Amino acid sequence: MKSENPRAWLFVLPVLVLVAFNALVPLMTVVNYSVQETFGNNQFFWAGLRWFEEILRSERFHAALGRQLLFTFTILIIEVPLGIAIALAMPRKGPWVPVCLVLMALPLLIPWNVVGAMWNIFTLPDIGLLGWVLNNGLGIEYNMTTSPVAAWVTIIVMDVWHWTSLVVLLCYAGLVAIPDAYYQAAKIDGASNWAVFRYIQLPKMKTVLTIAVLLRFMDSFNIYTEPFTLTGGGPGNSTTLLSIDLVKIALGQFDLGPAAAMSLIYFAITLAVSWLFYTLMTKDDP
Amino acid sequence: MAKITLDKLRHSYMPAPSQPSDYALKEIDLSWRDGGAYALLGPSGCGKSTLLNIISGLLTPSDGRVLFDGEDVTNLPPDQRNIAQVFQFPVIYDTMSVYKNLAFPLRNRGVDEARVDARVREIATMLELEDRLETRASHLTPDNKQKISMGRGLVRDDVNVIMFDEPLTVIDPELKWKLRSKLKELHQKIAVTMIYVTHDQTEALTFADKVVVMQDGEIVQIGTPVELFERPRHTFVGHFIGSPGMNVLPCDVSGGLASFQGQALELEGAISRSDGLTEIGVRPEYVRLADEGIAATVRKVADLGRHVVVEAMAGDTVINAIVDGAVPARGAEVKLRLDPRQTRLYSDGWIASEEAQP
Repeated sequence: MKSENPRAWLFVLPVLVLVAFNALVPLMTVVNYSVQETFGNNQFFWAGLRWFEEILRSERFHAALGRQLLFTFTILIIEVPLGIAIALAMPRKGPWVPVCLVLMALPLLIPWNVVGAMWNIFTLPDIGLLGWVLNNGLGIEYNMTTSPVAAWVTIIVMDVWHWTSLVVLLCYAGLVAIPDAYYQAAKIDGASNWAVFRYIQLPKMKTVLTIAVLLRFMDSFNIYTEPFTLTGGGPGNSTTLLSIDLVKIALGQFDLGPAAAMSLIYFAITLAVSWLFYTLMTKDDP
Repeated sequence: MAKITLDKLRHSYMPAPSQPSDYALKEIDLSWRDGGAYALLGPSGCGKSTLLNIISGLLTPSDGRVLFDGEDVTNLPPDQRNIAQVFQFPVIYDTMSVYKNLAFPLRNRGVDEARVDARVREIATMLELEDRLETRASHLTPDNKQKISMGRGLVRDDVNVIMFDEPLTVIDPELKWKLRSKLKELHQKIAVTMIYVTHDQTEALTFADKVVVMQDGEIVQIGTPVELFERPRHTFVGHFIGSPGMNVLPCDVSGGLASFQGQALELEGAISRSDGLTEIGVRPEYVRLADEGIAATVRKVADLGRHVVVEAMAGDTVINAIVDGAVPARGAEVKLRLDPRQTRLYSDGWIASEEAQP
């Protein structure tokens, strides 16, 4: 029996107020900016959907979106299988479990701008450990500040280093939740290691894996701090991802209207992809 | 199909066991007849699951051998022993259909598709799952899931033994009964050796031709349900089987006579030994209210529908009696008479009186 108690609303109210002030109100101001034009002095003029049209037609936006999709797609393709593989290789019992877990959690504990700064120094060709070894030790010409390929490889490796752990930990949680009886039954049924992975481990990891992919998609699609501290979007515009471009428009050029319109489009894309993915992944759940 | 022999089997989960209490299994010598229906009965932690896992090959025993038809399989992995096991919780492959679940053990062994199809349909019909073959296994109810677990064992016609590790734990009571009779029926149809582990006496006694009762890593008695009930070889068996269990009364033995609280009691036969702690064992079914006998005070009367259990205190010893006629009130003084043919002497827990001559 469901009964409605009007007092329940009273308890939800503080949360609603909080969400309103930290999310809805700022979002509405962005909506407000996105349909207006300003020349400073706090004077605003109605602009309609002009900024939206402009952004959607802008080559600069297309290029940034392309780079963003390439980045997100690449890190997902690397981090998800790698995360699953590491989770499968981790011990499930014994004294090494806590050691592995702490080692895995370590990159996640480092503040994002520190990660960027660390990799920046790490890859400097003259004094950075990696940069020096690559250039002087192995004779590979590597300079992130001049070569777009080097910059791309670096931000991807950095993201893999920083975030694969999240996928590992989530998958590991899914794996340890599988009762021993499943493995025993599979042994008795004569299942190969591949069959055990395909029919026991993967299905049991599906829920956590969905969450992992979703989190990695959203985080990487909105990534700002690390690539900004590492490359600042360069060389040229080669690593200017959507969020970096957005900040350039909003705070660099102070084009509030186009920036607001771009934010909303950006937000809509993130939301749509997340929703689509989640719906597809959970549609045949019991 | 095979005759299974356990030869001086011992197992310890410790790396260097030194004393008997370090062993989860103490020393098991046992033969399972080909095609028999056995139950392994005992309280939680008595070593029955350990024994089962040793037979299936999931565990390697510390000492001793496992023989299938005289062939040593002690070090063979489960998939090379041709056995099947059904676990406490239904193990199914969630993403597969019922059909694919049942076909899985056959396909893993490279059986040709025509044969797979024939076997799967045959077993599905036996289990009454034939109209659900295309359903995803994760959509089934727990009892149907457990049927699939069983089915994966049954589809293979070369299995030596099918083992059940408390398979009805998660099944609703009314379905338990159905599934148990189904199992019994299947056993009669395909006559493969089945070993059924449980701590539930009803399950063990209804399923098995022979029940193996275990306690603390040892086999206490092997017998038909009737034998276990009628003549328990150990007070533990008497107490564990039956509801309520056998009455165990401390007694003194002198001059070939057993007496309880100074009163001599007639036994089923002659006393064979009386060197340890001696006790009298008699089932509540064979305790009657009479004009003469052990004086006791009624402490509790429980009406179980079919019969009434009277719990009486003789001194500080509890004696249960099953009464059909007039029921005494609580606090009433009664006299209890034990049926001599069903009254036995136990010494250090083990039977110490000779069987009555028919």
